[in-house]
This record gives sequence, structure tokens and C-alpha cells, in this order.
Amino acid sequence: MKQVTILSGKGGTGKTTITGCFAALTEEPVLADCDVDASNLHLILSPRIKETMEFRGLKLADIDSEKCTRCGLCMQLCRFDAIHDYSVDPIHCEGCKVCVANCPVDAISFKERVCGHAYISDTEYGPMSHARLTPGMENSGKLVTLVRQNAAKLAEETGRGLVLVDGPPGIGCPVIASLSNVDAAVAVVEPTLSGIHDLRRALQLLEHFEVTPSVIINKYDINMENTASIRGFCGEHGIPTLGMIPFDESVTRAMVQAKPVVVYSPGSPASLAMREAWIEFSSFLGL
Amino acid sequence: MKLVIASGKGGTGKTSIAVNLALSVGASQVLDCDVEEPNVHIFLKPENPRRRPVELLVPEIDEGRCIHCRRCAEFCQYNALFVAGEVAMVFPELCHSCGGCKLVCPEEAITEKPRQVGAVTVAESHGMGLIYGELNVGEALAVPVVSAVKKHAEEEGLVILDAAPGSACPLVETVHGADFCLMVTEPTPFGLHDLQVATEVVKQLGVPIGVVVNFAGVGDQGVYRFCEREGIPVIMEIPYDRRIAELYSRGIPFSAEMTEWRGRFRELLDTVEEMTR
Repeated sequence: MKQVTILSGKGGTGKTTITGCFAALTEEPVLADCDVDASNLHLILSPRIKETMEFRGLKLADIDSEKCTRCGLCMQLCRFDAIHDYSVDPIHCEGCKVCVANCPVDAISFKERVCGHAYISDTEYGPMSHARLTPGMENSGKLVTLVRQNAAKLAEETGRGLVLVDGPPGIGCPVIASLSNVDAAVAVVEPTLSGIHDLRRALQLLEHFEVTPSVIINKYDINMENTASIRGFCGEHGIPTLGMIPFDESVTRAMVQAKPVVVYSPGSPASLAMREAWIEFSSFLGL
Repeated sequence: MKLVIASGKGGTGKTSIAVNLALSVGASQVLDCDVEEPNVHIFLKPENPRRRPVELLVPEIDEGRCIHCRRCAEFCQYNALFVAGEVAMVFPELCHSCGGCKLVCPEEAITEKPRQVGAVTVAESHGMGLIYGELNVGEALAVPVVSAVKKHAEEEGLVILDAAPGSACPLVETVHGADFCLMVTEPTPFGLHDLQVATEVVKQLGVPIGVVVNFAGVGDQGVYRFCEREGIPVIMEIPYDRRIAELYSRGIPFSAEMTEWRGRFRELLDTVEEMTR
């Protein structure tokens, strides 16, 4: 079984659009949407949920005002500024347990909280593992790890050979969790100065975690000069450019119709380029 | 006024709106709180940048004193300590710097030392303060760097904060304590979905919301219907315009060349100010 993460650094460069297209083009994929706090893959793959599981993240401290003697020790010890007026602010509490363990009158309890849900679903293209983090919650990295574990299990159970992981933007904990134990990664970039800046950081991240990199340039015709400089940079560093997708309005039209563009409008310029990129991607992975 | 520019979905134009608004109205500060992928400094060239490290305290175990009782490892909620047999190890990148291990150690074998996880750069640009954070590559926790950026926010004047995409802790940290949040979205199913989750977060924090629809004219009506149903005003619409996209790709704020937009950004701020009164 091979696992590949589609990431980008910068948000909105087309990760999900490309993952959705590759899902439709690959013979027997398993899909994993690891952008758990702004997930979109389900909007074009229309999964039918078969199994829902609760996700419990870090626990939350809670002060019993009856027992509390207002000594203020918890406020002194809390490094997250999460206790005000002898009450815990759930937004800032990081569930470290310091206040719970040090309260001299045991007035602070430590409660489990549901921080999101993970789902196992079926799609037209294959089984899918996805999740929804309760908005504003921490620990999206742990939920990403759960999505990854579910996806790997699905691949084993169904004997499918490729897990396509739609990654979150950025370079922080959810991205790191979406890269663990993958065989390779595809960084999606638009030819803008901010896109290039963020691509470099994403590629540094891949290098840091020793993940084999590749690049797809989306909307490459928006700025040919920047596209050339991305290609040059990748060439110098031995990073393969797997594809160049043109700007194409049919991509948005397909999204509105809740379909991958290669399914909705197979003859469109973006779809043709997507197919070529997928062929390169397959040989890059040795599929 | 602390005005956050957020979005849920990435790539909808948060940074572009933050920068064009700041330049059009002459903000006093712009704070880039998207510390995983900060971009404001690409559009507002920083002058006289001063870079300062952001550090977290992480435990250090004195092997001479450690009796391998495992209390620290059992206490740690983040699995940042590992004790087995005669070995005690710290995984600093998992540490949230709560100080709990030091408190539970019966032998005073744990001390804390600072460890750099990122940096904050303080600079000027176009007569405004420009502050941006950068999480070090390979580090997991963005929130401490966001907090370090926010510490530079002035109490007076217009402070514009550019948030990270998503709806998790970095967004919460950025929006906390703000006076208003402008959500930049695109009128597509992806834009709508992520606007909904981000709106949920900002509402919980009790911060009033207005929407800017970017790339107006593409996609569908879902975002408008959502805003109407939720009573969230659509304050500005920016049409999809290839010229804007090309200027963006070169790192140029579009209002610098399409000067008719400056007045519209000033009107946008007027509306926001009225809504916060």
C-alpha cells in the first residue's frame, strides 16, 4: 500500500480539486481528508457515511465554585492564562492538568470533551476517511492521525493500493500529522509570489521529515514568469514537476455541481492537464 | 480598533484585503498572525526589520537526580516525556510548556530551558507598524507564535490582524479580544462550507462579523443565502478580475494601481466602524 499527501503550504491553491480528480482517475483508491477544520473533499466526492466515531481530544479543567476557596494558586500556575475569576475559560485551557493536580482542596475536575467526529464513508470512487473538528477546538493534529489510521485500515481491509491524503494548509501540527509515514507528497502551488514563498516552506517541511517531494503548478498561466521560476527552482533541487494545470472556469462550475472536474467536464483544458498530471504522478509513484 | 481578517478557506484573499485596506485607510499597524505561512511582508515591504526569537520553556532532566519514578511522564498530557527503566527522555516538539512535569518531580530533577519555536519580526512599512510571526519549519504549535505577534498590538488606532485559514486554535487565538472580524470568502461551495465553520468560532467568541465576497461572479448563490439567513452583512464584493489576480501574483496590492478601490476600502472601514459603535 502506498500513501501520498497532497499539500500546499498556502491555502486555496487547489489541493482538494486535484485530490478529487486523482480519486476519480485512480483505479482503486482510498481517500483521506486531513483538512479536518476546513474540510472540502466531501463536497465533490459526496460520501455516504457508514460509521461515525466520537473524537475526544484533550480534557478540560472545571472548577467547582462550591469547593473553591479562592486561594488563587491555579491562576498563578496556569501558563495559558485560562483561569479568570476562579473559572476556567474553555477556549484557552490546553488540558495540561496543572491546576487539577495542584488545587489544595481538590476543587478542580478534569473532564473529557468531544472535540469532533471521524467518519468512515463510501464514495463512488472508493472508501473515504474524513472528520470534522468541532469549530475552535485544539488537537486537530490528533484528529488527523485518527483519519490517517482509519484510512490505512480501510486500505488493508479492501486490499486497495493507494491512499490519497488531502492535506491541510500551513506547516503546523495538522500538516505534520498528515505527513507521517507517507511514501511521497505533492505540493500544489499557484505561480504567485506568496505561493512561491509558502511552497518553499512546505518543501523545507518535507525535507525536514524526509518525505519525497513533487510539485504541481495550478493556474500556471496566471503568471508565466513565476511559473518558469518555480520550474527552475524545482529543477535545481531535483524535484519533479508532475503537471501544470491552466486557469479554467470549468473547475468552479464542477465544484458547484459537486463533482471532480475530470468527471463533470472531461474535455476541458483543466481536465486534460489533470489527466497528464495523473499519468506523471502514477509513474512517479511507480504504480 | 482591532480588526481581524479571517476566512476559513485558504486562498480567498485575506492577505490581499488586509493589505489593501491598511494602505487605503492608513492603519496604524498590520499584524500577520498566519505564522505558518505569513505573506503580508511580501506585499508591504518591511523597513528596518527587527527579528526576535519566540521561545517556549521545555523541561531538561538532570540524569544525576532522576530516580526514574515516571511521575513526569504519567503527568504529561502531551506525551512529551518518556521514562522506561533507567532512561528518561524529553520530546521538546510535543511540549506545550505547561510546567507540570517540574511541579510533580519529587527529586527536583527537572529544570526548564528556553527553546526557540519561531520568530516575530517588527518593522515599518508605508508609515505603519508591520509585525509578522514565523513558525519554525518542523514545529507543531502555532499558537505561541500568534500570541507573541499579538503582544505588539497597540491599544489605540486601527490594528489589522491577518488570520490563518481554518477554524482551529490559531484562528481562536487571533480573534480573541478583537472588535470586529471580516470574513473573506469566495462564492463557491468550498468557500461557503469553510465560512460556516469559521463563523461558528467567531460567534462563540462574541466578535461581530461582516463578509467580503471575493471573486464575485464565479460559483453560486450559497454564500449570499447563508449571510442573509444568519443576518451577516455582505459589506463588500470584489469581482473576479484577471488584472487583480496578476497584480497579486507579482506581490503588488491592487489598490496601488487600481486607485478607484481606495475609496471603496475607506467606505468598508466606515461601515465596520458604524457596526462596532
